Amino acid sequence: MTVETAGSGTLVIILIMAVVTLVTRWGGVFAMSFVPISRRTEQFISAMSGSVLVALLTPMAVNGDNGARLALLVTAMTMLLLKKPLPAIAAGIVAVALFRQL
Amino acid sequence: MANTDAELERLTRRDVWDGFKQLTPISLFVVAFGLAFGLAATQTGLTDHSSLLMSALVFAGASQFASLELWGMHVPVVPLVVTVFAVNARHLLMGATLYPYLRHLPPAKRYAVMFVVSDANWAMSMQAFNLGKPGLGILFGGGLALWTFWVLGTWLGIYFGSAIQDPVSLGLDMVMGCFLLAMVVGGKKNLRMVVIWIVAGCASMLAYWYLPANSHVVVGALAGGLLGALWMEKSK
Repeated sequence: MTVETAGSGTLVIILIMAVVTLVTRWGGVFAMSFVPISRRTEQFISAMSGSVLVALLTPMAVNGDNGARLALLVTAMTMLLLKKPLPAIAAGIVAVALFRQL
Repeated sequence: MANTDAELERLTRRDVWDGFKQLTPISLFVVAFGLAFGLAATQTGLTDHSSLLMSALVFAGASQFASLELWGMHVPVVPLVVTVFAVNARHLLMGATLYPYLRHLPPAKRYAVMFVVSDANWAMSMQAFNLGKPGLGILFGGGLALWTFWVLGTWLGIYFGSAIQDPVSLGLDMVMGCFLLAMVVGGKKNLRMVVIWIVAGCASMLAYWYLPANSHVVVGALAGGLLGALWMEKSK
């Protein structure tokens, strides 16, 4: 099932996203008022929240041009060194911008 | 303990305003992230109103960036729901850790506060609670600050984004990828986490090649999550 991004479709997509996000914001508190979240569930959730980002990024790196790969590499290295996301993102973008001017 | 429970769970207008001010310095960074999102959303082809509305209603950066990856003429609903849920699933854990401090509030107030829960205000309010200080003002007021600056940043990004002629040559198509990667690398890193990421990445790639379009997100997220549930961290 897909939703068209023309016309009111975009609004529908944004509302879906808003509701799903609200479920995550309210769900933890709501669930805890019945039964505490188990350790296994907690481990599943925390592993999944990183994994979904990796799942999005991997095809980007595999199918992207060398500029895209360079941007990701520089971002990862800067993040490991400085542990601050803004400089890491900026360094990645500057790297790919310079690369593509060559 | 010096403070009574009632004092810990205080939430007056004054507490909310103090919380707002306390989170304002951090919110300057939020403007920058919002700007990046506004740029990326404009490059992806969202209209100005849509980008702004998304930031206002969803108010969860990583999932908004992730949704752009699925954007096109048509957006697949199931991968979208799974992606947004998985990226934002950490909110469930935040809610669970906040529950002890929220449970005495009337339900309407309790869920109103949770509307604006985000990483920074959650972390700071938990820090306050752990020190025996009231934290609900930081949670709610801080959340309002983060929301305000997130929407403001998005607006700035849209404004600049539509003025740029050749975004790809400036590398702006990679803003989303670099943002998401910075979130991954900034998270907890140990052998277990790295193995989970590798499994998620391989599962995603296999699904990308051999399964229907867009299923890679779901497959990768579930593969990593299941491995995490089977191979649990040692308890402290």
